[in-house]
Amino acid sequence: MELRSYIIRRLLLLIPVLFGVTLFIFGITMLFSPVQRASLYITDPKQLVDLPTIIQMYGLDKPFFVQYGTWLGQVLRGNLGWSEAGSMPVADAIWHSLPATLELAIFATPLIIFLGIFLGTKAAANKDKPLDHGTRVMAILGWSLPTFWLGLLLMMFFYGFLNWFPPGRLTDQMQILVDSAAFIRYTHINTIDAILNLNGPVLLDALRHLVLPVITLSVTHVAFIMRLMRSSMLESLGKGYVLTARAKGLDERVVVNRHARRNALIPVITVSGYVFAGLASGAVITETIFSYKGIGWWAWQAAVRLDIPSILGFALFSGVLFVFINLVVDILYTRVDPRVRLGGGLQ
Amino acid sequence: MSDWRFTARQLVKNPLSLIGLVIIVIFIIIAIFAPLIAPTPAGHLHPYMIPRDGYFAEPQPPSEKHILGTTQGQYDIFYGVVWGTRTAFHVALVVMSITVLIGIVLGSLAGYFGGVLDEVIMRITDIFLAFPALILAMAIVAGIGPSLKSIMIALSVVWWPSYARLIRGDILQVREEDYVEASRGLGASSPRVIIRHVLPNAIYPTLIMASLDIGMVVLSAAGLSFLGLGTPEGYADWGQMTEFARNWMVGPPGDPFKYWYAVITPGLFILFFVLGWNLLGDAFRDIFDPRLARR
Repeated sequence: MELRSYIIRRLLLLIPVLFGVTLFIFGITMLFSPVQRASLYITDPKQLVDLPTIIQMYGLDKPFFVQYGTWLGQVLRGNLGWSEAGSMPVADAIWHSLPATLELAIFATPLIIFLGIFLGTKAAANKDKPLDHGTRVMAILGWSLPTFWLGLLLMMFFYGFLNWFPPGRLTDQMQILVDSAAFIRYTHINTIDAILNLNGPVLLDALRHLVLPVITLSVTHVAFIMRLMRSSMLESLGKGYVLTARAKGLDERVVVNRHARRNALIPVITVSGYVFAGLASGAVITETIFSYKGIGWWAWQAAVRLDIPSILGFALFSGVLFVFINLVVDILYTRVDPRVRLGGGLQ
Repeated sequence: MSDWRFTARQLVKNPLSLIGLVIIVIFIIIAIFAPLIAPTPAGHLHPYMIPRDGYFAEPQPPSEKHILGTTQGQYDIFYGVVWGTRTAFHVALVVMSITVLIGIVLGSLAGYFGGVLDEVIMRITDIFLAFPALILAMAIVAGIGPSLKSIMIALSVVWWPSYARLIRGDILQVREEDYVEASRGLGASSPRVIIRHVLPNAIYPTLIMASLDIGMVVLSAAGLSFLGLGTPEGYADWGQMTEFARNWMVGPPGDPFKYWYAVITPGLFILFFVLGWNLLGDAFRDIFDPRLARR
């Protein structure tokens, strides 16, 4: 299939997906009575008398599809509503918290992928030896660790005891510096801005805040990539071209790293895309524990406060991002493995 | 060799899966004998609500009266983790039953009849699978209002699509078998063919996968609970007890590990529970991996 028509077809598929999910979540919020939903707009018991006015004003007692239609109409005009959790329009809230999440994903994803590929290759090359068993146990352990608990333990030790890595994104002092006129915000991604501004202290401070969240994300994600790499590598090592390479008398390192690994990487690349997509649409638990105020932290705030416009806006955003990144991964896939054709099976 | 016998023998041969099995059995025993291990105090109405010893905010270290200490608000940690085992099994069994049931119904309809029905059902699963699971679950819990029931509903909603797909795939294979053809030739109705001949032969991998997903269901439920999207305050629930420890992870200056007991214990229970199922699951994956040939 031609690349352009494939992309168009996939983007069209996005429409029913987003329609379905927003309809679903909107439907759930409609389980509340209009009075309950109206009372989310007031902050003072004295305002209780205004409830009927609020219901009238926002049309909260209208039929389901009328309310959904109103919301959808606004979304199509670019208005995602007002976020109570962020005290700003929902679109602005997403825009403001995106850089923090991207920063986290930019640092965590490469670490997860390289570590996963490295350990997976080692495990497969030493199948059924102590190294293989050791990494297997580590993987199962990492996979079973509750992210939030690991975060608490890391904080207890590295923040409480050693005071090396504090929570948040920057210390107050650095935040003031970063917000001042002397510091130009190019991307709002702290580390990149610090490099562009040639500001060492800010860079160091930003990195200090990144260490624990990145470790937490890596521990729980590396296991997955590693196990996949191992089984993919084992399959690859059993192929004819590996036998040929060995028969030629090539060094085992060359056989493993050049012949087997290249082909074993293909499924890993796909999954790496999903890992990035997952992290970029917000690592909710990790961001929440470390008060790292990105998309995930903000989504948590919205969910806890029952901020319906934010929840819907966030669901919409993460859905678009997820499908979009998957599309990019699929296209990359065909570059890596020429046997794979867009929209079809093997050639 | 029969599937069951082959599986059982492989499991016993592997030390890791044996450890997993032991861990699971211990948890089952804790769950069954919870009223004996941590008796509910007389006059305490709801056994799943952790009894509290006053309303003092600061967690108290292990003592004779509270052998594992208390959380913030003086909830007894020992009572909480023991009865929390029941909560964990409760959530897991309900979510897996709903998931497998929906999966079987939709998966068999799609797989057996094919055509338009298949297309519609599979596109619906696509919609659900296109979203990050935790985020969808959070939105659902927030929408219905936090409670144990909401967690179970939310997790069922995000979990069923993969099962529907799995069952559909297995049914597609089985429906081409000769005995299915024979049964249809004898004039059996579609429901009868599906229930008597197709499902019993297609469901084995699904049931295994479902039982091994129990750990991951409990991990996700604990995550939601930790985020404050779960059980009411004081419910015997590991995730919530970990959340209680959040304000106390760092002790006063000079004594940073003062509240270690409040942080460590509930998390260890979650870790071991999930670990048990995952150790077992890892062995199963090897057994079922078609690339690693069976003798």
